[in-house]
Amino acid sequence: MSATRAPAPPTRSAAANRLRAGRPVPTLLRHLAVAAGAGLLVLAISYQLDSFRNFQLATVAAYLCATAGLTILTGLCGQLSLGHGALMATGAYTLALCQNAFADRGVTAGGVLVLSLGAAVLATVAVGALVGVAAARLRGPYLAGLTLAVAVVVPALTVTFDGVFNGEQGLAVPMAPAPASLGVYFPYERWQLWVVTVATLLCLVVLANLVRSRYGRAFRAVRDDEVAARLAGIHVARTQVIAFVVSAASAGLGGALLAVLAQSVSPGAFGLTLSLFLLMAVVIGGLGRLAGAVWGAVLLVALPDLTHTVTDLFTLSPAAAQRLEGNLPLAIFGCTLIVVMIAAPGGVQGLVSRLAGALPARWRRHRP
Amino acid sequence: MRPMARRGLAIATTLTLLASSVACGSDDGPGSGQPVPGVTDTEIVVGTHMPLTGPASAGYSKIAPATKAYFDYVNANGGVHGRKITYKIMDDGYNPANTQQVVRQLVLQDKVFAILNGLGTPTHTGVLDFLHSNRVPDLFVASGSRSWDQPERYPNTFGFNPDYTVEGKILAHHVQTDLPGRKVCFLGQDDDFGRDSLVGVEKVLGADAVVDRQTYVTSNTNVAPQIGAFKAAGCEVVILATVPGFTALAVGTAARLGFKPQWLVSNVGADHPTLSRQLGDAAGLLEGMIGVNYLPMQNDTADPWIQLFTKVNKEHNGDAPFDGNTVYGMAVGYLFVQVLLAAGQDLTRESLVEAVRKGGYQGPSVAPLRFSATDHSGYGGGRLSRVSGGVQGYFGPTYETDEEDGPVNEYSAPPVAPPANGVPSA
Amino acid sequence: MDRFLFLTLDGLSRGAVYAAFALALVLIWRAGRIVNFAQGAMAVAAAYVAYSVTAATGSYWLGFVAALIAGLLLGAVVDVAVMRLVDHRSPLNPVIVALGLVLLIHAVLGMVYGNEYLPAQAPFSRTALTVGGLAVLSPYDLFVFAAVGVVGAALVWIFTRTAIGLRMRAAAFAPEVSRLLGVNVSGMLTLGWALASGVGALAGMLVIPTELGLHPHAMDLVFVSAFTAAVVGGLDSPPGAVVGGLGVGLLLSYVSGYAGGDLIPLAVLVLLLAVLLLRPGGLFAPVAARRV
Repeated sequence: MSATRAPAPPTRSAAANRLRAGRPVPTLLRHLAVAAGAGLLVLAISYQLDSFRNFQLATVAAYLCATAGLTILTGLCGQLSLGHGALMATGAYTLALCQNAFADRGVTAGGVLVLSLGAAVLATVAVGALVGVAAARLRGPYLAGLTLAVAVVVPALTVTFDGVFNGEQGLAVPMAPAPASLGVYFPYERWQLWVVTVATLLCLVVLANLVRSRYGRAFRAVRDDEVAARLAGIHVARTQVIAFVVSAASAGLGGALLAVLAQSVSPGAFGLTLSLFLLMAVVIGGLGRLAGAVWGAVLLVALPDLTHTVTDLFTLSPAAAQRLEGNLPLAIFGCTLIVVMIAAPGGVQGLVSRLAGALPARWRRHRP
Repeated sequence: MRPMARRGLAIATTLTLLASSVACGSDDGPGSGQPVPGVTDTEIVVGTHMPLTGPASAGYSKIAPATKAYFDYVNANGGVHGRKITYKIMDDGYNPANTQQVVRQLVLQDKVFAILNGLGTPTHTGVLDFLHSNRVPDLFVASGSRSWDQPERYPNTFGFNPDYTVEGKILAHHVQTDLPGRKVCFLGQDDDFGRDSLVGVEKVLGADAVVDRQTYVTSNTNVAPQIGAFKAAGCEVVILATVPGFTALAVGTAARLGFKPQWLVSNVGADHPTLSRQLGDAAGLLEGMIGVNYLPMQNDTADPWIQLFTKVNKEHNGDAPFDGNTVYGMAVGYLFVQVLLAAGQDLTRESLVEAVRKGGYQGPSVAPLRFSATDHSGYGGGRLSRVSGGVQGYFGPTYETDEEDGPVNEYSAPPVAPPANGVPSA
Repeated sequence: MDRFLFLTLDGLSRGAVYAAFALALVLIWRAGRIVNFAQGAMAVAAAYVAYSVTAATGSYWLGFVAALIAGLLLGAVVDVAVMRLVDHRSPLNPVIVALGLVLLIHAVLGMVYGNEYLPAQAPFSRTALTVGGLAVLSPYDLFVFAAVGVVGAALVWIFTRTAIGLRMRAAAFAPEVSRLLGVNVSGMLTLGWALASGVGALAGMLVIPTELGLHPHAMDLVFVSAFTAAVVGGLDSPPGAVVGGLGVGLLLSYVSGYAGGDLIPLAVLVLLLAVLLLRPGGLFAPVAARRV
């Protein structure tokens, strides 16, 4: 991440803006505190949920990296990407290759995962920079077309170079077991949740700081009006490339975490559908706020599950069941998308903010 | 309240919550008195992952309902050792990421006893390690990949289909004996399916005998360049390791290029009803096509197994269109019931796997099952079929072989008839 | 040389379909600044209508006409019942709604017709005619060229020679002024959707018999190729769509004939990069850059 200088120290004015009363609380500290709180919450929850829910929560966390990255790019900087699934694939495959390389050399300690994750992020930064430089020249549907091609090409490369990537079948990802100190019967899914949560929270802290930094302001300026941004001395193309690289790095981390969870990677998991679903998730979650990315990630995991449960409520004849099985969840998902976009174009987060808007507003009025 | 104070309170609350939850959370290990997951005195819960939607679902989406219909039939006849079989079918859309989710849901949340007939090489490969570490029996994977036959690494995983190399060897054997001296060409899917099949073909014919090799990817439905190359090379026999859609495409494309070779098609892509439905009016092009199969032909109404399966399909499957996939699904169900019976009244995951390893099962298939302590691959042979007068039928002997350099031998054990009530007995 | 000619003709006949489909995308883009990701699914829906009509009447041509009418109607319905309600301030919203429509249409078709491949009939023989010992185009290929040519010519005529075409162009490029001049702008938009969807349905009818058959997902891959073609040509330019479509068709044919099918996606990416880096608005972008 150093290439992007992402965790830039907050400027004085940014901190001052946030200042309500008393000593200034640096943004970084504030975000770290929130992250620590969220981490503790997840820790508590992980003991309350069964293994499958732990795994689902971990999947949400992994997707969250990708949706948060996409929110930065599309919501903050105004660039459309239909290719984030491919960036996730880049991270996932890098992690798989690293873990396999370590395992082949007999290094199986759990700690090497940190190195592999770092390598995954670096590799995606490189790919993201390449695509980002091209993307900075393009607008609207042309950018969509290019990123769409990226989304199709990257998974296909695993078949072209199947000597390295093992084609459609993909690679296994050797993972160290949970530390022995946790006990023999410690559920592996809980351990997975912990690992993924730590990585995701770190990623979110970095992104949240970036949003509040001068880079974040530059992103928004470029999104709102390129000409004005240029007049204000912002290098538009460079800003867009930085946004793309940051976004790619988070997507790569998300992909790598998915590989950690699945203990395998294969191109079918990172197809065009994933890229489109990521975009749907962030838009439905609510573009422009990292909180929207959280909703998006939750939706990605929960909605298929939820619609499946709804389908199971009906008891049908075998013939009708065969027709509806699988199709009904899709129909419900499709309708939800359309209705949400028409009724609440701000997404879930927009809806939540609007609903919750009344209370804090009244509450703030009582302040001096 | 100041923001800091508010946040402090929130953190304090969280810590309290955490302390209490850790205190009451417990990591229950599987004690000796623990019940077997998915098994009660009256029920056995089994799960599977299948593509019910999406581009890959064509044909395959009918397998799991057929298996379920057979289980319903067995349940209606008293079940297995007094237990009814519940079959949970999860749609993964042939997407490995979905397979990860649904298989974990089946194992961790629905607590299924075993995973049965999970479909697809890329999809199922991804969950092998998970199923292994959770010691879940992983029976009769629906794919001809050789990955399922790794008893050392995955002791609980077993295949079902004859692997693609075995099929390739049997098809090549036919070329060797009945079509000697012809120019042979090969079109395969660009993955382990095509590769393993080509390995089998070359083991029998020799690498030099295959004049031209072409591959296709499922994301490109134009096979004219490949077929055009075959025509230019003067191929007389074309061996196809293709899924049904691409068998139909290859045959249709060849016809419009005026190219008429002898087609030899691997089992996966040789189901005549599926192909002729897709070709529509052009179904006549399939005349003379040679395929390989190991289950009774769906159109052979004289076959007692087909009679049984047709009856089950009528009573428990809403009389869905009956094709090779239906037969396949029911054959899987039959074998699973056989294995459950052999595992005995005191059903555990260990006893189930032990029962498969013991082997010796005979059912609808004409080919031998290879299960043993050291062999986890499924059927080890097949019989050739030919489309003649618009009807696909078997001809010649049944062959058996291995995926190594072993010879292709005739397999002479006579087929068995189904039990009178259609349910295997111990 | 034989092989080159063979691959060229094969690529052109496929490219003609991409061109028609790209034309449909360009029509909607010009009318409403929307990339219609649901175009493929809508075309498949129309093709299923044709299948039902043909199955009921036994006539291919009745089905063909039914598909075109269904395409026109579906386009109008999508605009009036869905797209008009969407907040267009963010260009992403219509894209997401279109993706939602794709899911919905796929699901409904799967429920009604099942997720199986159904045979798609071709009205003419697909066996290539032989000229001088060389297999060239089939009657069906000629039909494809003719159909795409007629549609292209009809669109040119509508947009340049008729009052309604003029009104549609005016409504698209200067909606406020057109409204003041008494043009029914939203009606023109609906008409644009209907026309585009009709052209898409035609492309679907032409391409599905050459593919795996009729299936809810039958147009997914065609959509990706046609979108590429439209972007390469420039989304504002109908001639660009035609050139882009034929170019993409040729590229796919050459790559899979000379290099191998697995390299096709890579070739498409290289083509896109090469064109877009030189001309960020596509080959036929207007000279005065739209960028502010």
